[in-house]
Parts: sequence; C-alpha cells; structure tokens
Amino acid sequence: MTVLSAYVDGVGVIGPGLANWSQTVDVLTGAAAYVHAPAVVAPPAALPAAERRRTSRPVKLALAVGTEAALAAARDATTLCAVFAASGGDGENCHAICDMLAGEDRYISPTRFHNSVHNAPAGYWSIAAKAMAASNVLCAHDGSFAAGLLESLCQVVVDAHDSLLIASDTEYPRPLSDVRPVHDAFGVALVLAPRAHAGSLARIDVQLTDAPATILASSALETIRLGNPAARALPLLDMLASRRAGTVVLDYLDDLRLRVDVTHIDARLGSAQT
Amino acid sequence: MNPLQLTHFTATSCIGRGLAPTLQALRERRGGLAPCHFERAELQTWIGAVAGVDDAPVRADLRDFDCRNHRLAQLGLTQDGFADAVAAAATRYGAARIGVFLGTSTSGILETELAYRQRAPEGGALPADFHYAHTHNGYALAAFVRAYFALEGPAASISSACSSGAKVFGSARRMIEAGLIDAAVVGGVDSLCLTTLYGFNSLELLSREPCLPFDVERRGISIGEAAAFVLLERRQRADADAIVLLGIGESSDAHHMSSPHPEGLGARLAVESALSAAGLAPGDIDYINLHGTATPGNDASESLAIHALFDGTPCSSTKGATGHTLGAAGALEAVISALALRHQFIPGGIGTRQPDPALDLHYVLESRDAPLRAVLTNSFGFGGTNCSLILGRADLTHERSARR
Repeated sequence: MTVLSAYVDGVGVIGPGLANWSQTVDVLTGAAAYVHAPAVVAPPAALPAAERRRTSRPVKLALAVGTEAALAAARDATTLCAVFAASGGDGENCHAICDMLAGEDRYISPTRFHNSVHNAPAGYWSIAAKAMAASNVLCAHDGSFAAGLLESLCQVVVDAHDSLLIASDTEYPRPLSDVRPVHDAFGVALVLAPRAHAGSLARIDVQLTDAPATILASSALETIRLGNPAARALPLLDMLASRRAGTVVLDYLDDLRLRVDVTHIDARLGSAQT
Repeated sequence: MNPLQLTHFTATSCIGRGLAPTLQALRERRGGLAPCHFERAELQTWIGAVAGVDDAPVRADLRDFDCRNHRLAQLGLTQDGFADAVAAAATRYGAARIGVFLGTSTSGILETELAYRQRAPEGGALPADFHYAHTHNGYALAAFVRAYFALEGPAASISSACSSGAKVFGSARRMIEAGLIDAAVVGGVDSLCLTTLYGFNSLELLSREPCLPFDVERRGISIGEAAAFVLLERRQRADADAIVLLGIGESSDAHHMSSPHPEGLGARLAVESALSAAGLAPGDIDYINLHGTATPGNDASESLAIHALFDGTPCSSTKGATGHTLGAAGALEAVISALALRHQFIPGGIGTRQPDPALDLHYVLESRDAPLRAVLTNSFGFGGTNCSLILGRADLTHERSARR
C-alpha cells in the first residue's frame, strides 16, 4: 500500500466555538471546555479595500485559516503552492443567483458572478498573499478535506514543494439547506512540507483504507465533524493537538477513507517521538 | 516530469460527437456556434450547444445523477470506444488503481436553476425529485463517472473555473507518480446553464456575434458546452505516433478575480514551467493552441505571454469553432491538440477574419497539414488560475532521452 508522508508545520482553524488553533488545542486536549458559539470570521486585512468589500464569508474564512497556518509555519505565503478544498461555495450567493434566474429579472450582478465560482477563495488568496505559485481547487462533497489532503500530499511528495491546504465550507440558506445541510462555517488549513523544520509539529503518513472513520469522543465535537465537510478534519486536528502518536481515519469517498498515522516531533530535539 | 501516455481520448462539443466529426469540422473549418435559444436566456449572443444532449437520460442504475451535465458526460463517454478502453484498464489494473479527476465550473447547477422555478408556493421547498449531491454539487461529475465505470480509486472534481479541464492532468500526474494509482480518467464536462450565460453577460464579456478570437474586432466570448475525456497511463508502448503528455505548468496571476494580468505574467509563468517540466525549449513547440477566448483583455494578455517566449510559432484558438466550454475547455483543447499531433495538422482559427496586428502573432486562419511533434495548449481562468500543457509524439521523447 502506497504511503504518502509530510510534515505538518502550521495549522489554522475556525469553527463554531473554535476561534483559532491555540484555542482549539485547549478544547481538544480538555484544557478548556468546549463552549458552543457561532463561528467568527474576520475580514482579511491583506486584501485591498475594494477587494475586501466584495469578499464573501467563505472567502474570508479560507483566507483567515490560510493566513493563520502560514504564520504559524513561519512561511512566506507568496511562495507556497496551495490546494483549496470545499464541497460548496458561497451558499447565500448561490441562492440569490438561482432565485433571480428563476424570476423575470435575470440580470445578476458582476459581484454575484465573481463570488459564485468555486475558486473564489483561491483567486482572492493569491491576490492577498501575492502568491503566483500553482494552486488547485477540488471538490469531493463530504470528502473534500481528504481529497484536498491527498492533493496537497502529492504536491509535497512528488514535486517536493511546501503545500498549503485550505479546506472550508459554509452553510446554505433555505431552501438549499433542506437538501444540503451544512452547519455554520468551518475552515482548516495545514502547511505541509517534505522535510522537517525546527517548528514542525508532526509527521503524517497517509494511505487509502476502507476502515471506518474515527469518531470523536466529545459529542459536541462529533456533531461539528458531521455537520460541515471541512470539519471531517477534526480527528486529525485532535491527534495533532494531543501531541500523542496515533492513527485516525478520515472520511473521503463513499467506499474509501484515509488512514493518517501521526508522529509528533519534539521541537527541542527535532526528532520524531513515537 | 515523466511523460504520461494519452492511451485513449474522445471529445464531444458543438462541432461533433467524437473524434471523427471533430477532426472533420476542424479540417474543413466548420464551427458549431448558433444564436442563443437556450432555456430562458434572453440574451443576444451565440452559443455552442451540443445537439441532442437531452435525448437520452443517464443509465437507469444512475438515475439520481440525471441532469444535462451528466447526459452530456455520458454522451461523451460512449464515443470512440472510450468506455471500453476504461473497462479494459480496470480489468488490467484493478478498479481501485484508477483515479477520476474531472474539471467542471458549474457541474449540474442547471438542475438547481430549474428546481428553483418549481419551489413550493408555501414554504419554498425544492421539489422532492431534486438530488443536490448527484447533480448540483461540484463532485457530482466525478462521482457520476466513477460510478459509471464502477471505479474504486481516488476521485475529485477540479473546479478552478476555465483552467479546470487542464488542471486535472496535473492532479492525475501527481497521483500516478506518487504510486497511488496506475491510470486516471481525466477530462472536463461543462454544460449550458443560465448562471454562466447571465454571469458572463453581467461582466459584459459575451460577444453579440460568433466569437472572433485574436481578431481586430473581437468583442467577447461565445459560451459552449463539451465533454472531453482522456485515459492517462504511464508510457505503454513504444509506438512513435503515440501521444504523450510531456509537460504541465501551473501558476496564479495574483492580480484580479476576473481580469487577466495585463502583461500576461501568470500565463507566461505557466508556459515556462510547462516547458521546463517537458525539458523543451520554445523552439521545440510546433503549434500553440491558445486559450484565446476572444475577450479584448485575454487575447492581449495571452499574446504578451506568447511573445515573451516564442518567435513566430504558428498558433490559433479553436474557441471560434467550439465556443468557450469553460471548465471543459482545457480537456477539449488537449484532445484537439492530440488530434493535431495524431493527424499532423494545424487547426485554423475558425471565425477570425483579420488577426489583430497589435497582437502580432503567427495566427493561423486556414487549417493545414504540418509536421507536428510538440504542441502547447493554454487554459486560463477566472481568479487568475493558469495551466499550460505540452503534448507530443512519443518519438520526440525518444529523441529527448537520447540527447541527455
């Protein structure tokens, strides 16, 4: 079985009751209690004012977690290859477009159309980070995080590039939410690298599996995991936060999942702790 | 990069279903654009609609996937023996060793547009027979094709706007190289919908007459639809005339959401990195299939990128024939480039009357036979996403390795 390996050098996360990676670590390790609250997504400071005005919630979310992960990894974002994974785009915008197109005045606005493309986060990220490196934009429904993780790992393993993975999803309004319930907003970003750095958190070794996905012990967090495609990353975040070695299985396609073996790096020694 | 072989390929667009009519239309310089009478689009524009897309539903066991995009996908898959080739590959490698990476910009969103017109008068619920995950969701296309062939390997839809159908080659290459899979079904399918027609209209990018790529009078795009598929494998045979993928280059403009970089910098980076991956010099490229959307901005920006690297290489955009098929364009034009290599001809730029002298390219108007060994094809998209592919005849790779 083929195993793809990379070092995790930085993490960014935003979700319901989860403000950033350090607070999420406290929640996942039990150092702080989980307190449910709507996800808070700040506007991206790095975008010019005109672009910032136009950005939607999914774009803000992707940029916020991407920026957090790149900073944590001490990487110059301009040089990072990037992978954007999402099941959907801007749900409110999609609803507004379909609503207009169903009516008599079908002349949607340019901004609506701008924000409708699946690669809006990728486009705005490249503008904000001044990143001209390759990026890719994937969708695999509920398995979008895992699809993005595989793509990012391939950039790392095959092309020996650092790769920034940004997975994010936000809710649809009604009536689309009836057929595609996505809870609130969840975004996660990882900086993956082919070699260990002084600040590397862990090494991950990833392979395809048909084993069942890891379920979180906390029912509140398990509800978040199942409520948003990007939150399918939570078992991996849980293992990264714990600083213990271990194995998690992440949802991918109907009949296929990803097994991730996590080995922590001791920052002082710069070596793997198994 | 290690070359990959396009062991089978097929394309269906408004110029024909399958390779033979596509080749004939390109050789005879016959385009497929017609005035727009699609759905409730009241727009003065021309479109490239595939005839008979809605004639046959998708296979009965996949009926939840039924929508225009997947009917078009199925129509495409059943041309040129492509489905048989995938089935044979699945037998050879095992279903779990074949990946599916397909480009689309709008997937089956037309289904949602239609469902919104059938919302319940009370409460606004969508009709019960609307299947979001199987039609509208971006992954629906890859899921449909994976299910069509009962494949069990990794899969994803790529949705980076108009570079999607080219970027799938990059995802497949990396996954084959990483050893996760032995072969991949790649391609792109995008079908007409009101979102893109009214969307591009809002940006004032729709041409009121058939689009005129690189013409002095170009005024915008004509939207088309297409399904193009390639079975990509490691080098199989030593046939000199096998078509191989030699290089892929990807970049981002980091400039603007809907306007290309004014100096074509992102495009140039993509072409340069494709050349570098292929180990080729600009002089090795015998024909360039341009992105050439026929918007004033794209063609000007692309011409600057081409000028910066090439000196008089023959080029054309086939979007004058097929329209801009958006998320399928990269795959459609990869297949057209493969046809050009296989049949040793340069497709003339259909529609274009007077190439813009300000762009100053060797723009080919008449299709003609030519010895081609390597072809560059460009795909650029919204959000400043760029992807260039270099395809070549296998004999070029033999020569290249001998030179080393």
